[in-house]
Amino acid sequence: MLRLAPEVYTQIVGHCLRGLPDEACGLIGGDPAGTVAAKCYPTHNEAASAKLYTVPGKEFLHADRDAEARGMAIIGVFHSHTHTDAYPSATDVAQAPDPGWHYVLVSLRDTQPVLRSYRIVDGRIDEEPVIVDPPAGPEGSVPGAAQ
Amino acid sequence: MPVEVRLPTVLRPHAGGQSTVSANGGTIGEVLNDLVANYPAMAGQVLTEDGTLHRFVNVYVDDDDVRYLEQLDTKVSDGATVSILPAVAGG
Repeated sequence: MLRLAPEVYTQIVGHCLRGLPDEACGLIGGDPAGTVAAKCYPTHNEAASAKLYTVPGKEFLHADRDAEARGMAIIGVFHSHTHTDAYPSATDVAQAPDPGWHYVLVSLRDTQPVLRSYRIVDGRIDEEPVIVDPPAGPEGSVPGAAQ
Repeated sequence: MPVEVRLPTVLRPHAGGQSTVSANGGTIGEVLNDLVANYPAMAGQVLTEDGTLHRFVNVYVDDDDVRYLEQLDTKVSDGATVSILPAVAGG
């Protein structure tokens, strides 16, 4: 399961929309022992392509350092598919760098963006539920959220 | 001299869960060979069988990608931090 802080969800989708007509990508920071994505690190797509993405190494380096400074780790990557489903492609599976990561796909094929998340381990794709936490209410309360 | 080597999450299980380890060497090649000597489970994941940098791995000395410097011959000075990160790409 992947829980997204509400601002992380909007940052991921917004970054993907802004990347059109190319694929967009970025990294996700969170507690490596948990399942909560607490920070979004949008990056450039070094491939600058509608079919491929590459996170620039130096941007990964800076995101990794920032996450560490916050007591977090990079726990996943997101990228968009401009014309296909929010499902990992053969390229995504072949190049998945870390079996512990969450792989978030955003499809921009239709009018409404579709966000899904997966685990990719030894070539096997398993979709996982995504929960977007509600925004905090007054005084930092989170109405209706699980504690 | 010993340098600090920051490991990506995918390699940390091979180092007992540590995110940062120490390795010896005056060049990146020496540091990475020492790393693999100390943590043999990392063999093949950072350097290929013929001793070159794996193409799905990026190595930095502080902020500099060693592929744009002297590759494995890049010198590592006192106090520098070596960071190993996987290439992140797909389609």
